Amino acid sequence: MIWIIIALLVVAVMGSAIGVIYSKHQTRKIFVNLQKIYKQIDDLDIEWGQLQLEQSAWSSHGRIEKIARKKLQMTLPKANEIIYIKQ
Amino acid sequence: MKNKNNKPHYQFRRMAILSVFALAIAGLFWRALDMQVINRPFFKQQGDARHLRVVPVSAHRGDIYDRNGEPLAISTPVDSVWANPKEIKNDLHRVTEIAKTLKINAQHLKNKLVKNSNREFVYILRQVSPDIGEKVKALSIPGIYLQREYKRYYPAGEVTSHVIGFANVDDKGQEGLELAYDDWLSGEPGSKRVIRDRLGQVIDDVERISAAEPGKSVRLSIDRRIQYLAYQSLKSAVKKQKAIAGSAVVLDVQSGEVLAMVNQPSFNANDRSQLKPGVYRNRSVTDVFEPGSTMKPFTVAAALETGRWHPKDNVHTEPGYYKVQGSMIKDIRNYGKINLEEIILKSSNVGISKVALSLDKEQQLDMYMKLGFGVNSGSGFPGERNGNLRSMRLSEFERATMSFGYGLSVTPLQLARAYSAIAANGVLYPVSFLHRDEPIEGEQVMSEATAKKVRRMMERVVSPEGTANKASIANYRVAGKTGTMHKFISGGYAKDRYLSVFAGMAPASNPRLVMVVMINEPRNGQHFGGLVAAPVFSKVISGALRLLDIPPDNLKYTMNPLEKNSTKNVAEKLDQNSRQKIINAKGKSA
Repeated sequence: MIWIIIALLVVAVMGSAIGVIYSKHQTRKIFVNLQKIYKQIDDLDIEWGQLQLEQSAWSSHGRIEKIARKKLQMTLPKANEIIYIKQ
Repeated sequence: MKNKNNKPHYQFRRMAILSVFALAIAGLFWRALDMQVINRPFFKQQGDARHLRVVPVSAHRGDIYDRNGEPLAISTPVDSVWANPKEIKNDLHRVTEIAKTLKINAQHLKNKLVKNSNREFVYILRQVSPDIGEKVKALSIPGIYLQREYKRYYPAGEVTSHVIGFANVDDKGQEGLELAYDDWLSGEPGSKRVIRDRLGQVIDDVERISAAEPGKSVRLSIDRRIQYLAYQSLKSAVKKQKAIAGSAVVLDVQSGEVLAMVNQPSFNANDRSQLKPGVYRNRSVTDVFEPGSTMKPFTVAAALETGRWHPKDNVHTEPGYYKVQGSMIKDIRNYGKINLEEIILKSSNVGISKVALSLDKEQQLDMYMKLGFGVNSGSGFPGERNGNLRSMRLSEFERATMSFGYGLSVTPLQLARAYSAIAANGVLYPVSFLHRDEPIEGEQVMSEATAKKVRRMMERVVSPEGTANKASIANYRVAGKTGTMHKFISGGYAKDRYLSVFAGMAPASNPRLVMVVMINEPRNGQHFGGLVAAPVFSKVISGALRLLDIPPDNLKYTMNPLEKNSTKNVAEKLDQNSRQKIINAKGKSA
């Protein structure tokens, strides 16, 4: 009888030991994943900032005005060239 | 084993050796017990101290956007390279590699590290782009570390620099709105625990002790498009007039929001070498000037409020000067008998003085005070000045000079705010640099009728007969007032130094925008506000009206699209270079 109990306990101890190892392994895996995601956030943050800057550089009013006036030969319509449509 | 009995029994020797072994084992056991159980916390701590480290995580500073969500200040992640000179001592020869990667002087860097060799923290270069940071990391030199920081960029550069101000390298607001809303914008830095290897490089994050709390973003009342327009127009005007400085403020009449605020000379907040004291002063709120003739509409408003004056009431201004308590008030010429409206139109000092002195002192000064002169505008801008409005022990002469804007001082923002009360049918709103989603309660400082009458008078100033025809805008009614002041310098008023001001609003039938333009010391021959400052108003406000889709209120010609050949007629009329037209989509002439 006592041997059966001991055997069961041994099995239980082994089982829990394996469980600990397994969960530790899982934790590590998830942690590594988490780190990857943090890194990703970081990288996206950097890219977002750079894209915002790039966008504002391309869309700077000075640049658009220059292109509109010089390259596309655009001008503001004079008052007598405007037709107002009123509802 | 025959020899078994022949061998002597070294009983004692055997016991001695065994007990030595036993002692050794007991010693080992004790040592193990000591390290694993009794002194465990101490050793664990010592071990952790050698490879675990808590490092700060910088927080993202909140972004600043304009009213339409365009970025005006954004933070992007960068790396700062720092060194622990104690650790790097043995690898000084590798310093050249770092210097080369960072493009800095190697000898200089070496000296810096040697000089600080007893310290544990020295910045090598702050705020380098992340890809250069990666390269430094790849060198894996012991004692060299990277720290994640945020760098502030101002996409609109010098166009918004006075309003936005700037944050320093440590992400703390220093000037302007960056300073005013620093608490709101700045985040809470977090910290994390990391594992370092033998060389001191961070190899793994262990845990986040506290997450970095990012700062909150701010949406301003500024419209970047109008801001740009105002900036360009003011800049070219200041350049053309060879002036030393200039300011312009555009306010939204119905909410008191600041749509644009620009100054000359300006600076680019992205370039720290341009940050010299003085140049980043936001003159529109920190510099005061005497408002001169731009004060006259408020004196007239005070007179109309008493009910004793009407726009067509006459005042004698002959012979072009007026003696008050022995001091002389002069007009540039003799205007003869003119009415209240013409006093504004011709900007008569004599006329307005007589009107002012016909009022009680309280009636005159209460109006100025209610309009916010001499008190803070409530904008919350750092360094804002209150201007100066004296109300105690005023002589008659001082009261007369105040009626045409001498002897008191205002900021351009204050003047714009006071004009917005005339524009908003007598309601004065607190000014704001933040976008307002909901309508705000204002204060009725003059009756609607008075405001409308004053506006009507100021419309004539912008008409061809007035002093500010250059402020007119095609298809819109504009009201405004010019001012040309002698500059007050130590000892008195300078004869040949002027301030040229124009304050105006459009569309005059139901004003939406108010703008004040101030040009400081134009030195190109012209100095009248109507010639120097008014064109800036016209240029900026005509653009702003178009950008904000504010319909014109001064179209002279209308036509019915349901009429036969209407399109053809329109085309013909256009060809004839005719006037403006309205096509009424519903078929009714508007």
